[in-house]
Amino acid sequence: MNTLALWFHKLGSPPTFYRFAGALRPWLLALALLAGAIGLYGGLVLAPADYQQGDAYRIIFIHVPSAWMSLFVYACMAVAGFVALVWRIKLAEIVAMECAPIGATFTFITLVTGSLWGKPMWGTWWTWDARLTSELVLLFLYLGVIGLYYAIEDRRKAARAAAFLALVGIVNLPIVHFSVVWWNTLHQGSTVRILGPSHIAPSMLWPLLTMALAAKFYFGASLLGRARVALLAQEGGKDWVRALAQAEGGA
Amino acid sequence: MTTSPPTAALLEARGLAFARNDEPVFGPLDLALGRGETLLVEGDNGSGKTTLLRVLAGLLPAGAGEIRFDGAPLRREALAGRALFLGHQLGLKLDLSCIENLRHFVALYGQRDGLTPAAAIDQVGLAGYGDEPVRRLSAGQKKRAALARLLLAPAELWLLDEPFANLDRHGIALVNRLLAAHAARGGAALVTSHGAVSFVDPSARHLCLELRA
Amino acid sequence: MRPGSTAAACAAVLRRDLLLAWRRRGDAAFPVLYALIVATLFPFALGPEDALLARIAAGIVLVTVLLAMLLALDALFRPDLEDGSLELLLLAPQPLPLLLGMKILAHWITTALPLIVIAPLLATMLHLPAQAQAVLLAALLLGTPLLSLLGAVLVALTAGTYRSGMLLALMLLPLTVPVVIFAAGAVSAAEAGLPHLAPLLWLGAALALALVLAPLACAAALRIALDA
Repeated sequence: MNTLALWFHKLGSPPTFYRFAGALRPWLLALALLAGAIGLYGGLVLAPADYQQGDAYRIIFIHVPSAWMSLFVYACMAVAGFVALVWRIKLAEIVAMECAPIGATFTFITLVTGSLWGKPMWGTWWTWDARLTSELVLLFLYLGVIGLYYAIEDRRKAARAAAFLALVGIVNLPIVHFSVVWWNTLHQGSTVRILGPSHIAPSMLWPLLTMALAAKFYFGASLLGRARVALLAQEGGKDWVRALAQAEGGA
Repeated sequence: MTTSPPTAALLEARGLAFARNDEPVFGPLDLALGRGETLLVEGDNGSGKTTLLRVLAGLLPAGAGEIRFDGAPLRREALAGRALFLGHQLGLKLDLSCIENLRHFVALYGQRDGLTPAAAIDQVGLAGYGDEPVRRLSAGQKKRAALARLLLAPAELWLLDEPFANLDRHGIALVNRLLAAHAARGGAALVTSHGAVSFVDPSARHLCLELRA
Repeated sequence: MRPGSTAAACAAVLRRDLLLAWRRRGDAAFPVLYALIVATLFPFALGPEDALLARIAAGIVLVTVLLAMLLALDALFRPDLEDGSLELLLLAPQPLPLLLGMKILAHWITTALPLIVIAPLLATMLHLPAQAQAVLLAALLLGTPLLSLLGAVLVALTAGTYRSGMLLALMLLPLTVPVVIFAAGAVSAAEAGLPHLAPLLWLGAALALALVLAPLACAAALRIALDA
């Protein structure tokens, strides 16, 4: 236990994290590519066409993992933000803030693929379905966090303020979702049931889960890469960055 | 815990430093301020005097080092009510009269016995201006209205940022009188000034902040 | 030497903010005029057809009030920040959440209350059925304090930024979705003659929660934004 705590403490120091993240990132990226290739092959080639939706359903291999990631990344951002606020750890601030653009991108992909899927399925690009609407609100929440982060001059203060906003958002997110579902049942006309994952065939399920795994690995790799860059930018004046720059320049 | 000896400094800082975006603003510096003492913080524009005062007031977190207030590590709650910060912005509402401004202040910070906002206004040389909206006062008169807080609040530690700015000769004498009376009562004061010309107390110690390159 | 009591300090903050608003009472007209003008634009955009306007009247009034409050929100802390009063408040030997709660209350009284007063006028102009008027008022009375409290937390976070108007909209509006949904849901249920108490109770529950949590969050946010 003690060694674990010590390890985390060491990892929290910027130079250690920089080296650690640099070493880990290629592996995560490779795993993401591998899982992505297998998942896409399984999903686009091996899995049979749906008896109702034909080949159009195959967009779920992108859509559903993105949708899962959009919430997962928000949770990661909130946890890192909480750590940043309570213990004022610079690395946690950076991790929380670098989660936001990745999460916003996943959310955006979810909305776009959902809309692409909606056109052949529902005959419309957009419908005020409870899930899509909640996802749209989630995108706004991400954009609010990013907007606040870049509106404040002092990087550390900006990160703390934006992390606080992310926490306010995570308290509100279930309420937003609940209210949107309630609103949706109130206006029955526009509800369209999406294929539930409960009656999904195993030949479709395993590529889906593989893609979800690929998305997680990609998120890890992307986060580490972004955090490394942000760390260099913020620690620009520190000795370890100077030493690093000299080593790079000399090589 | 043992209680601190009476000679212990009211405010003490060791290795105190502050950085903004990793650019050092001041420090590391040590300072000790005892009861009945006045410390003049000198330095050029941009040397971090105001930032130092804001850190000591608890408005900014110290980047490094330790601050002790009355023998214990500084906490916001410990400072509340015992310290008074007079910043560059005076915190006066222009649409309210001097008296209304001071009444609001007294409700928040408490009031020294035997003194009322009206009496304090007379003492800072604003007699007859008490009901005037602050908007109509000159810069020096506004400063005097803010200085009336020093008379009213029962605070032991004064943190005064440029109290001499905008004041005429009589106003400068007033600040010096207020500081002398405060020291005589056993209060401590930290005063910033970019030029020590206005300050008269020869016994006061000086702390010089140097401009960071 | 006697320190001020907390109750006296709260009363003083409330009294001062109301007095300031009274001295500049012309400013209170701006949100009201704004709401009036925005609500007037809808018939121009949609056509003056009574049935259509009656159907969307509640929604227009709610969104208009929300936007008017959003515009007024920036004034909650900015003047105090600019003249240094906010520092005095932060350093005061009083519980900050309570003092901020008083500021939020004063802000609600001076900006939201006038909007609630003219809401029946707006609703009548848009032909909202009479039986829904009372429900609309109830929804506004429960919903607007909720918006003020939520808005105060977010505007506190932007206290250190310049020109925060659009940013505040981006931050606040997604979080107001539940308020709009429940308030509008209650009114449309009343219009249809259906039970409308449940959404109002949800608003009430959220308000009770926000009354406790928002001042605390607002104080924390302000300390983050001002580094205090």
